[in-house]
Amino acid sequence: MQVPAPFEYERATSVEHAIALRERLGEEARFIAGGHSLLPMMKLRLANPEYLIDINDLSELFHISEESGEIRIGAMTRHRDLLDSELLAEHFPIFRDAERVIADPVVRNRGTLGGSLCQADPSEDLSAVCTAVDASCVIRSTSGERVVSMSDFHVGPYETAVGDAEMLTEIRIPLKAHAGSAYEKVERRAGDWAVVSAGAAVWMDGDVIADGRVGLAAVGPNTTSIGPVSDALRGVAPSEDLYRRVGEIAAANCSPQTDQRGTAAYKSHLALELTRRSLRRAVARAQGQEA
Amino acid sequence: MQVNMTINGQEADEEIEPRMLLVHFIRDRLGLTGTHWGCDTSNCGTCVVLIDGEPVKSCTTLAAMVSGHDVTTVEGLEVDGVLDPVQEGFMQCHGLQCGFCTPGMMLTARALINKNPDPTDGVIREAISGQICRCTGYATIVRSIHWAADHDAAVSVGSAS
Repeated sequence: MQVPAPFEYERATSVEHAIALRERLGEEARFIAGGHSLLPMMKLRLANPEYLIDINDLSELFHISEESGEIRIGAMTRHRDLLDSELLAEHFPIFRDAERVIADPVVRNRGTLGGSLCQADPSEDLSAVCTAVDASCVIRSTSGERVVSMSDFHVGPYETAVGDAEMLTEIRIPLKAHAGSAYEKVERRAGDWAVVSAGAAVWMDGDVIADGRVGLAAVGPNTTSIGPVSDALRGVAPSEDLYRRVGEIAAANCSPQTDQRGTAAYKSHLALELTRRSLRRAVARAQGQEA
Repeated sequence: MQVNMTINGQEADEEIEPRMLLVHFIRDRLGLTGTHWGCDTSNCGTCVVLIDGEPVKSCTTLAAMVSGHDVTTVEGLEVDGVLDPVQEGFMQCHGLQCGFCTPGMMLTARALINKNPDPTDGVIREAISGQICRCTGYATIVRSIHWAADHDAAVSVGSAS
């Protein structure tokens, strides 16, 4: 029987309350959101917090809204709500692409955006999605808020910029004209972690790509955006040649390892192919040729 | 710590350790052994119960997190001796062989039909994709859920209302 080690539990009544608890309890305390990453870690003793602060009642962290030229998503927004959101589907269909293949519908009823990002598993899909769409992370403490990019947020595997007395409260994605985005994932069976995933977002300026970003999952410790990919995309007209070239750049800039999900060579191949496919669809969507 | 929740319409008020998982609370504390405890890793889905009408894997939920909420287990499907159409459907269409996955399957089916009274095969298969059956090959489960949708009574148990 797998049961977590003993801990003390408290339910936060507001974000301020939650952060004050973390400030007082320090590194021995963890927030629990959906619990679908943290509880399995606790069962296996990979995580052993002395205190759990339940943030499921914090209604101010549940929202998907358009404000000040940004899409803002509360950290407690559940996978199910990301999947169902028409606002997100309209501006960033990459979320719906990804959510369709993240875990299963029952798990998606509990798991959250903030929980997924804070888990910072290199195989986790939403980190790649947020990287592709150039999301920023809002981190709050008793002294105020700071906003960091995904590359500053993701410090390393299972490690983020969120400090012991801080909380990730919101994700913000800038709204820019003529955007398209898409996500491609290869998994061994329904609901599994990715063998490799790739997410792409492009912003068009007439017939050329004004800016483009690719985020990859499950190809090594680094989930941050790939600079040379964006360099190769900027100011260039989309073409099959370009998608292939950028796929090659993506594959050359990741470091997958051979494991039970596949060989390093197979994963490099997937990084190329999935980058190519997601870019192709992102451009088609930006040009209004595909929903 | 003290937890208080509604299970199948009845109040449960218990002193528990915070680390107690919902599946063990339901089975060991309340004696409702219809909820099965399977893989313990949120893969198999036999432990699914409804929390405020939504299917959730109870092996990966703390009982403490559900305090103040409304829980429906498989025992809550039948009311006053009348089976829920989902239960009837699983009987009529042979939706089970060994029966181990059945409680989770039926609760997910109930929640699906509450939201979507006329689901297609694809929608049903997607809804139960977080649950594993090693006997039926799923075909009879899908058929059972169709049967339930076709025969659904006006009263639906476990809806979020």
